Amino acid sequence: MLDKELRSMIGEVKDGRMDRRAFITRMAAVGLTAPLANQILALGGVAMAEGASTYKPTKRGGGGALKLLWWQGPTLLNPHFATGTKDQDGARLFYEPLACWDPDGNMKLVLAAEIPSIQNGGLAADGKSVTWKLKPGVKWHDGTPFTADDVVFNWEYAKDPATSALTIATLRDITVEKVDNLTVRILFNKPTPFWADAFVGAPNTIIPKHLFKDYMGSKSREAPTNLSPVGTGPYKFVEFKPGDLVRGVLNPDYHMPNRPYFDSVEMKGGGDAVSAARAVIQTGEYDFGWNIQVEDDVLLRLEKGGKGKTVYAVGGDTEFIALNFTDPNTEVDGERSSIKTKHPLFSDPAVRKALSLLIDRESVKKAIYGRAGRTTANFLNGPEKFVSKNTTWEFSIEKASKILDEAGWKPGADGIREKDGKKLKLLYQTAINGPRQKTQAIVKQACQKAGIDVELKSVVASVFFSSDVGNPDTYSKFYADMEMFQIPLSQPDPSQHMRRYLSTLVATKENKWQGTNFPRWVNKEYDATIQAADGEMDPVKRAALYIKANDLMYQDTVFIPVQHRLKVEAAANNLRPVVSGWANETDNLFDWYREE
Amino acid sequence: MSQYVLRRLMIAIPSLLGISVVLFVVLALAPGDPFSELATNPNVPPEVQAALRAKFGLDDPIHLRYLHWLNAMLHGDWGFSFVSRMNVDTLILQRLPATLYVIGSAQILALLIAIPVGVYAATKPYSLFDQIANTLAFVGFSLPTFFTGILFILIFSVTLDWLPFVYTTDIKGTGIHWVLEMIRQAIMPVAVLGLFQAASMTRFVRSAMLDVIRLDYVTTARAKGLGQAKVIVKHVMRNAMIPVVTLIALQMPAVFGGAIVTEQIFRIPGIGSLLISSILSNDTPVVMAVTFVFACLVVLFNLIADVLYGWLDPRISLR
Repeated sequence: MLDKELRSMIGEVKDGRMDRRAFITRMAAVGLTAPLANQILALGGVAMAEGASTYKPTKRGGGGALKLLWWQGPTLLNPHFATGTKDQDGARLFYEPLACWDPDGNMKLVLAAEIPSIQNGGLAADGKSVTWKLKPGVKWHDGTPFTADDVVFNWEYAKDPATSALTIATLRDITVEKVDNLTVRILFNKPTPFWADAFVGAPNTIIPKHLFKDYMGSKSREAPTNLSPVGTGPYKFVEFKPGDLVRGVLNPDYHMPNRPYFDSVEMKGGGDAVSAARAVIQTGEYDFGWNIQVEDDVLLRLEKGGKGKTVYAVGGDTEFIALNFTDPNTEVDGERSSIKTKHPLFSDPAVRKALSLLIDRESVKKAIYGRAGRTTANFLNGPEKFVSKNTTWEFSIEKASKILDEAGWKPGADGIREKDGKKLKLLYQTAINGPRQKTQAIVKQACQKAGIDVELKSVVASVFFSSDVGNPDTYSKFYADMEMFQIPLSQPDPSQHMRRYLSTLVATKENKWQGTNFPRWVNKEYDATIQAADGEMDPVKRAALYIKANDLMYQDTVFIPVQHRLKVEAAANNLRPVVSGWANETDNLFDWYREE
Repeated sequence: MSQYVLRRLMIAIPSLLGISVVLFVVLALAPGDPFSELATNPNVPPEVQAALRAKFGLDDPIHLRYLHWLNAMLHGDWGFSFVSRMNVDTLILQRLPATLYVIGSAQILALLIAIPVGVYAATKPYSLFDQIANTLAFVGFSLPTFFTGILFILIFSVTLDWLPFVYTTDIKGTGIHWVLEMIRQAIMPVAVLGLFQAASMTRFVRSAMLDVIRLDYVTTARAKGLGQAKVIVKHVMRNAMIPVVTLIALQMPAVFGGAIVTEQIFRIPGIGSLLISSILSNDTPVVMAVTFVFACLVVLFNLIADVLYGWLDPRISLR
């Protein structure tokens, strides 16, 4: 859509000449979804729409017990120390952020009184500050009032490196100041188009100052409240056994009307995904099962005449195969896959192109992911406004063979293609995980038919994703030709996700392989695009830049997307869970209820 | 006697030290690190991960780390879990009741089956009862617990809907209702584990009994006119129990160590599931503490078995 036309439309909405709904419909007509339209309006100076609530109950409580089954239970309950989403999920039962994300990627208010916008003065036009108004009258579970001091404290607490909070990354580069008792201002040191990171969503919930102020820095581990949270959330803490159980009861003073519906909540941990699906769908012992990554056949079988069903949420998680742009078999200065080398086979773009034609995404979807997957040509699959429409994918052994033939890769006596004495033999590694091994097999078979010999390797997940400098099998060392996994897109914005592949961030021995650019892909145009997007306040131009970044990756075949993966959960038939692909499962728990 | 016990305890110290060195080195050499989950989280920059490694001392040389650990252990500090950020002893104590209850009941069930069946089978070798008992014992210890566990779940939970298959530690209700629920949810795991143990133990009891039952003094006892029951219980069993006691004593640490597979299947929050989840998340302080406590228990129960021999057979002298 033309930029000018869009602008005039935003102006119309602002002046009240066009209503919000009409604008969103017009946007949908050109392929842009509601969350995008809303964000465009927000940055265009119209307040962002608040996510609609589907909550029906008209009184607080009376819903009995809500039994949640997390096959990996939370191991700690301080959100600042959460190592994985399971810990954030557990802490979110009691602690709350200022706002959270609904299934459409819209913002829903929790502890904030209104969504900051340029109109209400919350957003600075230069993108260098955001001001949040807090809901008045909110009380911590022990009766102490919640104020701006608490928000400021969370920033001070986490940004101190001695605290070793994992939220430091979100909070260290910003400044949080108290304007008055119920207003805080967040200052950024550069224009920040995505301002809704700090204090938004389950990873960024707020802990009480009065209980943690004596336990900052190196004393952080001694805080008794680490294990018995006192929050502002819909449920009050009762009991916690790491890895096994978290229990809470209804908070009678909860700040949202008629909520929560359930009288108590219980989150049980342990076991595996298949038996969790069985306990929810087949026997109905539990109401909700988290992260049911189980083959679709199994789920379909369980759902027949069962007591529950599967629930899907669309986010932006992409399972991909990354290609190594450096040589994993040559050692330079004691370093394999060194940036000083070029991959002997992949330096020929024809080989990379041929490989992308050999990944049968449709079969992978049919045989493995089923309802939990979507085929895609893009690395960046969401939010919708950032998804490129310029790309296509296909599976064709003939075309791949033709490309290789034309590039001079001729089959040798053993059927494996070679050129200048180099054979097309590839090492393909991934983490151990049922669907991944099956995908490997599908890819290997197709490659074989095209005359490429693929050797498969699978590494235990805890090693593959480890930062252990001494281990050769980590994904960041990348001592293989291609590797497959996914990096979750944990917020409805691609900036952090796409920044990883800047050429300055290549993983090397020098930075102890902590550089995030593990394919070791260097592209000046990509760098320039990402840097431009980082400071671009115009939402339309910004989206265009990320689409361009995605397309650059596509043209160079840096990643071969295997599947756009959906979140899969299991829920009892009468439960009405609200699950967002952009947030943790418990982020919208206050809106859950049971249909009688 | 007390001198003997004291001497044995003194000997245990170097062996425990040796065990701890081996455990520590193996764990330190094992690949992976506790912060691996952070690696794919785009929100957490690598420097934060590196800072955490430094904070928890993961980058120190191995001998320093061992000495730190040993010093702390001697002061009663079992370590600090990387993953849960709490003391390891609290974590273990939380898991102990469920383990003791389920695994302990399973052991008792195993004994209640194995001793009568084994003894009775031995008194009538190659009878129909003996044949059936033998066959079932073979079937019992040939089937792994993960198989019988899932089979039980499919039959009793899914098809018949009689028993729950998720073990909960916070059963609602009090008094008799609570007790009944506790029993109901433990039936399947206890049966799975108990029957498995009973199978091999039955064979053991039977053969120990058969060894003794043929001896001359048994014939003498019978010749004196003692009744069958008295001969078997007072004269045969007491002697046959010596090897059985060794077996049971060596299995006692397992009661504390939990049963990894069964605990995982039924989601019993015991020591076994703590151990496996800690291994998977590379939470070395917890793994170290659990395995080391386990080693201590093995040493301790060996000693108890030796002391029990003296009581069972006064001819064995402890010096």
